[in-house]
Amino acid sequence: MDAIRVLIVDDEPDLLETMVKRLNRRGLEVTGVDNGEKCLEYLRTNKTDVVVLDVKMPGRDGLEILEEIRKMHPFVQVLMLTGHASVRSGERGMALGAFDYMMKPVSIDELLEKIRQAWIKTRSRS
Amino acid sequence: MENNQFRKLGAKITGLTVGFSVIPLLLLGITIYYQFSKTYTAKITENLATLVTNKARALDLFLDERIAQLRIIAGTQPYAKVSQAEHLEDILRIIRQGSESFIDLGVIDQQGNHVAYCGPYNLQGINYKNEKWFHEVMARGVYVSDVFMGFRKFPHLIIAVMYREGNTSWILRATIDSGVFESLVRSIQQGTHGDAYLVNAAMQFQTTPRFGLTSSLKDHLGTPSRFSGPRIIATSSPSGDSLFGLQWLQRKDWMLIVREDPKEELSPLLRTQHYVLATGLAGMLIILMGTLILTRLMIRQLMRAEQEKALLDESLLQSSKMAALGKMAAGVAHEVNNPLAVIKEKAGWIRDLLEEEDVKNSENFQEFRDSVDKIETHVDRAKKVVHRLLGFARRMEPLREKVDVNAVLEQTLSFLENEAKYRNISITTSMQQNLPRILSDTSQLQQVFLNILNNAIDAIGKGGDISISTQADLRTKELHVTITDSGPGIPRDIEKKIFDPFFTTKQVGKGTGLGLAISYSIIDKLGGTLRLENARNKGASFIITLPLTPQEG
Repeated sequence: MDAIRVLIVDDEPDLLETMVKRLNRRGLEVTGVDNGEKCLEYLRTNKTDVVVLDVKMPGRDGLEILEEIRKMHPFVQVLMLTGHASVRSGERGMALGAFDYMMKPVSIDELLEKIRQAWIKTRSRS
Repeated sequence: MENNQFRKLGAKITGLTVGFSVIPLLLLGITIYYQFSKTYTAKITENLATLVTNKARALDLFLDERIAQLRIIAGTQPYAKVSQAEHLEDILRIIRQGSESFIDLGVIDQQGNHVAYCGPYNLQGINYKNEKWFHEVMARGVYVSDVFMGFRKFPHLIIAVMYREGNTSWILRATIDSGVFESLVRSIQQGTHGDAYLVNAAMQFQTTPRFGLTSSLKDHLGTPSRFSGPRIIATSSPSGDSLFGLQWLQRKDWMLIVREDPKEELSPLLRTQHYVLATGLAGMLIILMGTLILTRLMIRQLMRAEQEKALLDESLLQSSKMAALGKMAAGVAHEVNNPLAVIKEKAGWIRDLLEEEDVKNSENFQEFRDSVDKIETHVDRAKKVVHRLLGFARRMEPLREKVDVNAVLEQTLSFLENEAKYRNISITTSMQQNLPRILSDTSQLQQVFLNILNNAIDAIGKGGDISISTQADLRTKELHVTITDSGPGIPRDIEKKIFDPFFTTKQVGKGTGLGLAISYSIIDKLGGTLRLENARNKGASFIITLPLTPQEG
């Protein structure tokens, strides 16, 4: 079985780095970028199964990036990460075609589970 | 405003109102009384003047009549005839038929000899040549004497007229019973203290006075000179005030004096004075009472308004405090949330690394693990606080659904039943049947009820009661939910702080101090009020008031 290819987008470098390390350790193929532009750039050149996207970011926010991803990479599943106060943006993300949304801070096991489900969905489609 | 200030204001209002109403009343009373008294006194004076004039005229008339009678006799009877005693007796008999007051008649020749006399006394032959009255009658033609007792032993006076027959003159002289004067004058003696009498120029009585000459008048008059017309004199002495009417007779230098007691004459005036006084006092009393009642009402209204304003201010303050704190809480929560996420991830990473074989064998492995556990536990604790903070800050728009408050309360109670049973707390409910449904938000109401009930259970600890009641007030269109516990109550000094965010009396880590703040905020959003009613040493009551009809906006 191929490793799941995951891209994590978060503007908090410490968080990003740690999540990447922890998910890699759990057998996933994880890359992290710290803003939306880098994310889109990465997706152009790298095959990716699941994107974990923070909603609140400087520059273009998660929802705008989500729209781009849906247009350009329809088979990539997106998991939204939201703050407590932005539950609504999570819901909007779902409406825009995100696979699911999770509230920060998330436990690593839950995140892993959600990524697996998203991956299964990607698999079934492609 | 302080109570003292209200009292001062009340006193000021009362003083001003009473002043402004009583002063005109007083002026009116005094004016009416003064005018009335002036008019009345003038009337009395006038009456007295008329009386004394009329009576003096009557006395004059009496004297005139007697003189005229004597003159007629003297003019119609020749001296030769009247000087005979028998003839004189006839004449006396005839005039006595007309007037009883004639006592005797006498004829005196120009030498002063009493030539003829008829009457009860024997005066014939007496010579009057050296008498004063003889000279006066010879000079003036008529003479009227003062009243005297003489040797007849009853008051009488003498009238004499002279008649000329050729070269000789003779005098017709009559004695008049002055009892007629007496009765005439006595008829004027009015009231119980009134008096009337005649005096001559030397202030000797010509008629019997009722009480005598008052010294006050004597002092006032001295030896009076003649004056025309009536004169009114008012005197006052320790024995009482007097009003005198004086009038000289025209025919004789006698003065008629009528004395009235002004107290008697003025008694209607005095009665009026009393009426005015009584009416005035009653009016003032009514004004005073009215003013006091009005002032009290006004002050009470003011105090109520002030209290309502204070309450409103307080609730406005609380609301704005909530709003400001809400904003701050949201900001703080967001800023804290990110570091928390990082800490959590880092702790997770350490936990991951602890699974490595070489670390597992390290002698401090257990210490590492415990530390990571603790870090995660406390991150979770912080996370909870942040979540609640955000819940407080979020201020979600409440739903507008039909809510049966009784049902919500019963459902909420079912969550707590086990906890209450375990802590030996009995929960009694008295819910109003057929409670009207209200437009509100079930889950938010439930959050509030749960919060207050949880607090109540915590306050009691073990063993106690919680009572819950609901009641709809159709008059004020409000629904009241009262939750009372038998806990220790809330100390007075912290009463005002209990709705403040982060204020808690619970142990560190047991409560966030947000429960009541959130509840307050929710009820506020739902258009109601949440307040504490503290019965010290008897637990606390939380009263939730919700509108029966939803407020607009």
